Amino acid sequence: MERIPILRMGKLLLVTIQVDMHDRLALALQDDLTSRIVKDGARGVLIDISSLDVVDSFIGRMIGNTAAMARVLDAETVVVGMQPSVAITLVELGLTLSGVRTALNVEKGMALLATNGTV
Amino acid sequence: MEMVGGMRLAQLFTNNQEQLLAEWFAQQHAIASRRGLVGEAELRNQFAQFVSLLMAALGSSERVDFKSPAWQDVRAFLAEMSTQRARQGFTPVETAMFVFSLKQPLFMRLREALGNDAATLADLTLTVSTLFDDLGLFTTEVFQTSREQVIVRQQQELLELSTPVVQLWDGILALPLIGTLDSARTQVVMENLLQKIVETGAAIAIIDITGVPTVDTLVAQHLLKTVAAARLMGADCIISGIRPQIAQTIVHLGVNLSNVTTKATLAAAFVIALQRTGKSVTAGSAQDALRAGRSSDGFDSLQPE
Repeated sequence: MERIPILRMGKLLLVTIQVDMHDRLALALQDDLTSRIVKDGARGVLIDISSLDVVDSFIGRMIGNTAAMARVLDAETVVVGMQPSVAITLVELGLTLSGVRTALNVEKGMALLATNGTV
Repeated sequence: MEMVGGMRLAQLFTNNQEQLLAEWFAQQHAIASRRGLVGEAELRNQFAQFVSLLMAALGSSERVDFKSPAWQDVRAFLAEMSTQRARQGFTPVETAMFVFSLKQPLFMRLREALGNDAATLADLTLTVSTLFDDLGLFTTEVFQTSREQVIVRQQQELLELSTPVVQLWDGILALPLIGTLDSARTQVVMENLLQKIVETGAAIAIIDITGVPTVDTLVAQHLLKTVAAARLMGADCIISGIRPQIAQTIVHLGVNLSNVTTKATLAAAFVIALQRTGKSVTAGSAQDALRAGRSSDGFDSLQPE
């Protein structure tokens, strides 16, 4: 089964979603990510969704949930690179991901985690 | 009830064209000349065209049916006339009178021609009356449609004109909103803003609502949506230009703006934005400013903290 790779950079985990997200893949990612956070003792998670140009309410909620789970495990999550059309769709769906930190691209996301002293 | 008498009516028009024109013209001239928009010659020309088309359509069949293909030319003529008058600034009534002015003269001619034959007179009167009602309503409909087209076009133009996104500084965008925010405009504003955030890599967007006349719950909701969408892209929003009355309205309506930074003026918001991006404005001597202006593009006069 297809899986989304999780890269480790020191205390940081980098997830780049480059394929079309479907529900099962999203759930598998949640599983993988939570176990990797525990295993690697990660303090920060960066989810890059710049290649994602279609989202539905499930994927939107899943992104929010993943961030919440990571926070419970004491890893700060930043969602980076959201496309304008995706942002508009999520807002129209009523999913403002209010608990999730966001940044325009990976570089700014890293900077954000660095200023917070996370990594 | 079937409307009959097409041939007879066509005959009536042929016999009395001059007289009908004179009587119709007397009524129409009063309207058209008051407006000063349609010349006498053009009016006569329009009438001649109208009557000849009308006669052709009436003569084509004994049954009078405005919806049938035989009336296509009459409809096309009336549509053009109504559209033209709508553009020239006639009222709907004045436009419909183009048709209705002919009703009274026509009834008088009918009575003269068929004074003794009460049954035929009644039949033809009904036919003429119904037909002219249809014609009149048709002109009004076309008139209305063409006016609506004008309104739609203006709305679109307004939409394009009124949503600029301005770059205030490196990484700081301003979005001066002018006029009421409805759903369609919010959509355009949001798209423009997000696109600009991607292009410039801006970290802060200032939404200035000085030009928004009223903020009700719907407008506030639209604002919050825009703020949420910008945040998802990693940009913080500051809402500025909140007038005292608007602040009062927002609180009275119970709108919750506590998650958004708000400032009374664009200047105050700009200072906050500079602080958050780690820049500050320092006062220098006039000579320094002059030198800085000569040697750099202006961005450098701000010192990173």
